[in-house]
Amino acid sequence: MASLAREDIETIRARNPEVFYRPFWKRFAAPIALGVCVLYTIYCFWFFSIGKVFVEGNWNIAGDYLADWVSYEVRPDIDYRTGEIKVEWPRFSPLGDDPEPYWLDTERGLVTVVTETAAAPAAPSNDPGTDSIMAPDTPAADVPVTGQNVLESAGAAGFSFMSPNSAATSAGTSAAGSAQIQTTTETREGINRVVARISAGSEMIVTPDLVIVSHQGAAIEVAVDPQTNTVTPLTPLPPPWALQKTEGAKVFLDFGFAGRAEIRAKETKIYKRYLGWENFVFDTRSPYWGKSFGEVAMLLIFGPRLEEGRSNWAILADNIINNADWQHGDVWIKLLQTIVMAFVGTLFACLVAFPLSFLAARNITPNRIVNQVLKRFFDFLRSVDMLIWALFFTRAFGPGPLAGISAIFFTDTGTFGKLYAEALENIDDKQREGVRSVGAHPAQVQRYGVVPQVLPVFASQALYFWESNTRSATIIGAVGAGGIGLKLWEAMRTGQDWENVAYMVLLILIVVFLFDGISNMLRSRLIGRRAT
Amino acid sequence: MTSTDIHSPLAYTGGDGRYDIDRHYCDLRRQRRLYTFIGVGAILVALFFSLWFANETNAGKFFDRLPHFFDFVGDLMPRDGWEVWRALFDLSSPYYDGSFKYDYPDGRVYITVSLFVPEYFYKMIETLNIALLSTAIGFTFGFLLCFLAATNITTSRWLRFFVRRFMEFLRAFPEIVIAGFFLAIFSLGPVPAIIAVAIHTIGALGKMFFEVVENADMRPDEGLRAVGANWFERVWFGIVPQVMPNFLSYGLLRLEINVRASTIIGAVGAGGIGEVLRLSISRGHEAKTLAIIVLLFSTIVCVDQLSAWLRKKIVGNQAFEFGA
Repeated sequence: MASLAREDIETIRARNPEVFYRPFWKRFAAPIALGVCVLYTIYCFWFFSIGKVFVEGNWNIAGDYLADWVSYEVRPDIDYRTGEIKVEWPRFSPLGDDPEPYWLDTERGLVTVVTETAAAPAAPSNDPGTDSIMAPDTPAADVPVTGQNVLESAGAAGFSFMSPNSAATSAGTSAAGSAQIQTTTETREGINRVVARISAGSEMIVTPDLVIVSHQGAAIEVAVDPQTNTVTPLTPLPPPWALQKTEGAKVFLDFGFAGRAEIRAKETKIYKRYLGWENFVFDTRSPYWGKSFGEVAMLLIFGPRLEEGRSNWAILADNIINNADWQHGDVWIKLLQTIVMAFVGTLFACLVAFPLSFLAARNITPNRIVNQVLKRFFDFLRSVDMLIWALFFTRAFGPGPLAGISAIFFTDTGTFGKLYAEALENIDDKQREGVRSVGAHPAQVQRYGVVPQVLPVFASQALYFWESNTRSATIIGAVGAGGIGLKLWEAMRTGQDWENVAYMVLLILIVVFLFDGISNMLRSRLIGRRAT
Repeated sequence: MTSTDIHSPLAYTGGDGRYDIDRHYCDLRRQRRLYTFIGVGAILVALFFSLWFANETNAGKFFDRLPHFFDFVGDLMPRDGWEVWRALFDLSSPYYDGSFKYDYPDGRVYITVSLFVPEYFYKMIETLNIALLSTAIGFTFGFLLCFLAATNITTSRWLRFFVRRFMEFLRAFPEIVIAGFFLAIFSLGPVPAIIAVAIHTIGALGKMFFEVVENADMRPDEGLRAVGANWFERVWFGIVPQVMPNFLSYGLLRLEINVRASTIIGAVGAGGIGEVLRLSISRGHEAKTLAIIVLLFSTIVCVDQLSAWLRKKIVGNQAFEFGA
């Protein structure tokens, strides 16, 4: 029929009333659900004041931290307070103790040195190292905690979560002592000009009284005067990358990813950024440091002993494992701890839950009380969170994998018990009947009538949880149960070791993907393609 | 062994055409026993070394610390039983001596002048909200992504590959690092926890969702294709109605997991009940610890029961077919 007549429509409608007259809730289920979700999201915005949090977030830090994942900064200080330029490097500079990088040229010439002899010996130190008094928790405190950001985020309490001490500002430019100062002037030879090529288009020329910066085709000149402690831009500062907050105070320069700099009255601090992980294999104290792969191989195979009494191979292994920046040995041990936590915890939980689940399944053990008691016990183990178990066992065993093993074991005994009991209750009864009918012992009935049916499912679930526990073990570790989680958390709370965080994350990802693959492969072999 | 293929009956068929089933069975059984033996042996060796390693690298040795295994029970004994209820409902304690241990009323969160929510209930609501919101975010994005990863919906191999790897990456990326990173940006508070849990949820739900989509019945899709529906119409009218119950079921399952996850993330500084629990345990406040545990336990039980009931209503007993 080409078109429906009116009565045809009516008959269809009468025949299928449920299609045409659906209840209100069913008809508008989708829009109502959507509306509820939107309302709930608005409520959450208010409840967590998400908007405010996002606005107040230290987004400039985020950029720096993200850049730290894959790059590192080298921080020379060009000091000209005496009239002679001194290029100072922080103590644990990634470039070694006495670096002469290709991008930093020094020129010698005549300099006028002003020496101040204070009557009182309380020489005020401008060394950034004094910051460490204020920030005892900050490792390598001689590197000021990303000075610019700290100053900009002053007042935003959240910058250094969990370690308020590291928020000590690097405002180290204390005024000279108030005692009488005798000034002597002397002219001699010394460094009077430093050229720092930050990137292809950016260059800084530092002389004792003038800093010339060229970047993005613009050039600015900034006069510095250590005596009066002022910084004066001679040309207007182009705002996106050069900034002076108050007159006479330091000038901030931002060269993008290539680095940044601060021009202060007595020194210019340069933060030049390199892509990559610095000294990943050898740290600067290693005899192999700075050598190419070929050179290291030559030393290993043909070279003379670098150190008396130890082979070059032993030194190589020792230097890699005890790399001061990356702590490879420690990281690997912690990672192994996490893996062990997941493996042992899951295995023990599996072994304990296996017999218990037979008692909990109502078709295997026809005793209501035992069933119920065991099932509630499983629920209890599962519902007391893994976190709670972890916190308690950290108290019992001290931080380390034993606490993590116990936490995973307790939680997963509950989970496995519940899952296994459910699997047992869903088995096919015919096989048991068959085994029983030929006169088997009750234990044999379980062995040959039940176990072959459920074992693949049990093993598959155990494998799935093994993989998922590897991830949980990382988090459990951070609350004190040891392993890589704790190490990650310690690296993050200093706010400076993001490259180490990246390294550990990479290792964790590799392990998780590997285990995921193994677990999936074994599971698909056990229970067929469908379960993967 | 006479043959290369132990599973083939042909190898056990002699020249006279008789199949020696007994010998075949014995060989198969012997091989199977050997494999079981090797497998169990390997696991035992791994277990032995794991235990030794765990014990060596632990702060306290297992047998030295074993007598302290249930020390925490002692940590949980309050001065008297009512202390737990006072701590739970923020009532003033008769033992109050100015210390943090008994300052229950200080934590009250006042809604009006006289009406207040006890501190731990408020924190629990916060944790629940973190879990709910992050599940909702994860559900939304997982829903949007899963169709791009399903073989039967998306024909572009590269897109599928990329989306799947992306979701795996989100799932495997340690939550703790995301939380730590955003804690550095946003300062202490629940927002980092929401982001961390939500990102993980997107990956986890997306993976489950696309498997559901791949198992979907393609006949409605075929019908829609026949009447000229475009991609969105085919997905929306052909696939979504049949997968939605399973999606919801997985979402509820994820909610249960996320309540626990947000508690743990909270314990590392992201607010909620986890943080107060950690503080309370480390400071040795028995009554407060016990009150939090009671609250957390009953909440988790409630959420689990509610979710199980809802899942049963939505998909019946079908849900477990996928879960196994």
